[in-house]
Amino acid sequence: MSATFRLPTGGLIDRDTALRFTFNGRSMTGHPGDTLASALLANGVHAIGTSVKYGRPRGIVAAGSEDPTSLVQIEQPFPEPMLTATTVELYDGLVAHGLPGQGRLASEPDPARYDAKHVHCDVLVVGAGPAGLVAALTAARGGARVVVVDEQNQAGGALLGTREYLGERLSQDWAADIAAELRNTPGVLVLDRTTAFGVYQDGFVLALQRRTDHLGFDAPADAARQRVWRIRAKQTVLATGAHERPVVFADNDRPGIMLAGSARTFLHRYGVLPGTRAVVFTTDDSAYRAAIDLARAGMDVAMVVDARPAAPSVLAARCSARGIQVRAGHVVTGTEGGARITDAHVAPLPGTEGNPETVDCDTLLVSGGWNPVVHLFSQARGTLRYDSELGAFVPGEELPTVRVAGSATGALDLTSCLRQGRDAGHAAALAAGFAPVGEVELPVSGARTDERPGMVLWRVPGELREGAPDTRFVDLQRDATVSDVLRATGAGLRSLEHVKRYTTIGTAHDQGKTSGMITAGLVAEELGVELSEQRPTTFRPPYTPVSFAALAGRDRGELHDPARVTALHPWHVARGALFEDVGQWKRPWYFPRTGEDMDTAVLRECRAAREGVALMDGSTLGKIDLQGRDAGRFLDMLYTNKMSALKVGRIRYGVMCGVDGMVIDDGTVIRLAEDRFLVTTTTGNAAMVLDWMEEWLQTEWPHLDVYATSVTEHWATIPLVGPRSRDVLAELAPDLDVGNEAFGFMTWRDTVLDVGAGVPARVCRISFSGELAYEVNVTAWHGLAVWEALMAEGEKYGITPYGTETMHVLRAEKGYPIVGQETDATVTPQDLGMSWAVSKKKADFIGKRSHTRAENNRPDRKQLVGLLPVDPEIQLPEGAQVVGTDRLPDPPVPMLGHITSSYRSAALDRTFALAVVRSGHERVGETLYVPVGDDLVPVTVTESVLYDREGARRDG
Amino acid sequence: MQLIPCPWCGPREETEFHYGGQAHVAYPQDPAALTDEAWARYVFFRDNPSGPFAERWSHSAGCRRWFNAVRDTRTYDLLAVYDAGEPMPDLGERDEVVS
Repeated sequence: MSATFRLPTGGLIDRDTALRFTFNGRSMTGHPGDTLASALLANGVHAIGTSVKYGRPRGIVAAGSEDPTSLVQIEQPFPEPMLTATTVELYDGLVAHGLPGQGRLASEPDPARYDAKHVHCDVLVVGAGPAGLVAALTAARGGARVVVVDEQNQAGGALLGTREYLGERLSQDWAADIAAELRNTPGVLVLDRTTAFGVYQDGFVLALQRRTDHLGFDAPADAARQRVWRIRAKQTVLATGAHERPVVFADNDRPGIMLAGSARTFLHRYGVLPGTRAVVFTTDDSAYRAAIDLARAGMDVAMVVDARPAAPSVLAARCSARGIQVRAGHVVTGTEGGARITDAHVAPLPGTEGNPETVDCDTLLVSGGWNPVVHLFSQARGTLRYDSELGAFVPGEELPTVRVAGSATGALDLTSCLRQGRDAGHAAALAAGFAPVGEVELPVSGARTDERPGMVLWRVPGELREGAPDTRFVDLQRDATVSDVLRATGAGLRSLEHVKRYTTIGTAHDQGKTSGMITAGLVAEELGVELSEQRPTTFRPPYTPVSFAALAGRDRGELHDPARVTALHPWHVARGALFEDVGQWKRPWYFPRTGEDMDTAVLRECRAAREGVALMDGSTLGKIDLQGRDAGRFLDMLYTNKMSALKVGRIRYGVMCGVDGMVIDDGTVIRLAEDRFLVTTTTGNAAMVLDWMEEWLQTEWPHLDVYATSVTEHWATIPLVGPRSRDVLAELAPDLDVGNEAFGFMTWRDTVLDVGAGVPARVCRISFSGELAYEVNVTAWHGLAVWEALMAEGEKYGITPYGTETMHVLRAEKGYPIVGQETDATVTPQDLGMSWAVSKKKADFIGKRSHTRAENNRPDRKQLVGLLPVDPEIQLPEGAQVVGTDRLPDPPVPMLGHITSSYRSAALDRTFALAVVRSGHERVGETLYVPVGDDLVPVTVTESVLYDREGARRDG
Repeated sequence: MQLIPCPWCGPREETEFHYGGQAHVAYPQDPAALTDEAWARYVFFRDNPSGPFAERWSHSAGCRRWFNAVRDTRTYDLLAVYDAGEPMPDLGERDEVVS
């Protein structure tokens, strides 16, 4: 089908190339330079989709990103929902359909690349319309590094949608000339298809560049599709233009009803007529130009309906000369039609003579004045001022680093826009430290300034017929009407922020670009207050929708977060270990043999550790080398027990609390020398503990001579566990007396392992399983060789590698808590039953004073206990609640606590759990209940230590 | 994104920094001598002024040094930065500073 509404000439499109596309199942063609919207209009298609609430047909209201209605779903080349047809550049093969207000995300991962780039500049200019171009040129000629970002695919801004002369040049060509000069100026970066969507502090601006979207299927796979520019500018000039404002009347939402300036843009930029016969409804002069241009291009413009009592005489005369009737003091009161407008009802305003009439038309062009685009200025914390002549909020006081130029200030004529652009560019360059050389000569604008000021009209007066549905739409995307606004004010809402939330006006993809100001006006009118007293709703980033993919950039998939692996990782992978994420670390979870599920593998691994010998990779344990004269004193403050008294060669378990007395970490402290300790932390808290140390050392006790260094990754740490661990170590450490007398529990020895040419090792008698155990520490470089040597040496004892799951079971059988699993930020060492690790003698340590607070001594605090399900086969879910009765009372059900750990134990030959329970320590022996699904599982409370209570096994 | 002037590294983006709450809240000399209420004040109570506020910051993804800053909580403007342990600088005729 030929594009019947495409004019034979004109527009910034490449007519020699045809692009095929499919919309709502219909095949059509357009040209490079088209948007999907302009190509659809060229094919006579106005109805895009249906509205979200009422299912009413909706069309294309505006030509740019402010359009509230033309939501489409792209199907090919890649599914993408909720784009506006007015911002999708046409490409060959595009398949799309209109949306009923909601879209569908792709079910497959987006194959495109996204990235980010940083740029610093002296002057950032947002918007390459007339004001922005002159501002950029002025600053650039003064030597400033300038970045220009513009939303469109070419410079010109509003000039692209008009056909006027600047000096001798057609305004579109003038814009192209300036853009070319800027591109050829060293130190100037011009980014088109780039929307500045957020302005933040200290000159930071985020902009989204659509680099390959317009190429469709031809987009190169290796080029980033979209790029987020992170711009840091000393000075910013906002030349963001203005959006035309509609007027609200009955049935103002039919396809074919469009903003007048946008119709002019479709004509001049794309060579498209919006229909065959138009009525123009306006409150200002600008729509006359649209009427005259469209009539000149061959459209039948039936009538200009001007709400002002008198029409501008020169423009009205030009209309009459073209056979366009002009009705001053008249308004459009309603429309007829279905998927397209068919008639406009025109009536005189009170005080104007005339009769209501109905004018047949397929296009109704509306103009209610212009709203400066103040979004970015407001984001920059600029205050806004209501301009009663414009009926819009305009930038108030200038900011030190952010200036506004052009129609974004409320300027309506081209000459003022150009002058403001030059002034802003000059001032910005000056403020950034540049003295501009000479003045940029401004071209003379041929466009006339307005003859008459516009009239502020939010909605056509008139009452709704009793019982009739309100079709006076304020926010077309949210299907919100005048009645909805009145309902909000009727409910007592005064603030625009509240009205916005009550009505949802301004919360759709367009964020109320065409509806926000009208809402403010309606509210003020209804409340009888001045708009100057109303605060507009906050403009928040992003200015236009930005995909999460673009914000994520390269930080997705394996680049989302670094994965840390130990020196032994390749061995674990080769042995088929399953991995668990602990912080950023990949830790072996368990090592299944062929045919084993997790339960079977873990039971086997546990049995090996308790009955033979087993080993695990403990390298992820946080390790901090603490040196200095006062290291012992410092540790005394950090840990609940006394570390300064620890003898060189010995090890002590320590608990660390916050000032509130709650447990924040635990680990062991090894004394290497009088002035040197090695502190271990839990895997997930290593960074936090180092920060904690630095905070106290730098801010509270800078007089202490202590230096803390993270050495976590220097070491490979291998706990060798089980009754036969001594035999294995003895073989590999010939110089080390591994006997209990010479090498007792909680001591460490340095030795050289008989591995290769000899590997220096530090061996610690630490046990996190309750079994005889030696923690073998070697440099990470030697880790794999030592691990393999231990595996080989232990083979005759059936040495078994185990993972974190087995580690958890073994420690839980012994009642050893895991910080962050048994504890949250409300658990004291006393709650854990670890008063033994809290010094009574020390004058102070962090948290000590809190331990004597009444709240921390209540007998009904939640305390760590063991729970044995009466049925030894039932494994309780972690996180399950604990209650005291065998049937649930009516809610609220008193909760006694919750399960923190739950496992199946090989050693106990049954299931068991750890839990924090109110007054738990006193409840040992009691039966409590755990709701699981519809059942209440009876459990017996026990001490938290369930295996080897005497500690007989630790010495082998 | 705000720039924070680290006294050691110069202005850096705020994501490199870690916030440490109100400055000049010293760890009590002798916690044991404090009443429960006085101790709870130290642990739980902080000022929340609308205006200049002396705060602790750490350049945690940079030089890892702690320092103090006076920030206007209404504008986020950093009015002064100074070393941890130093008294707050005189900001002249500004609004009353809460520390």
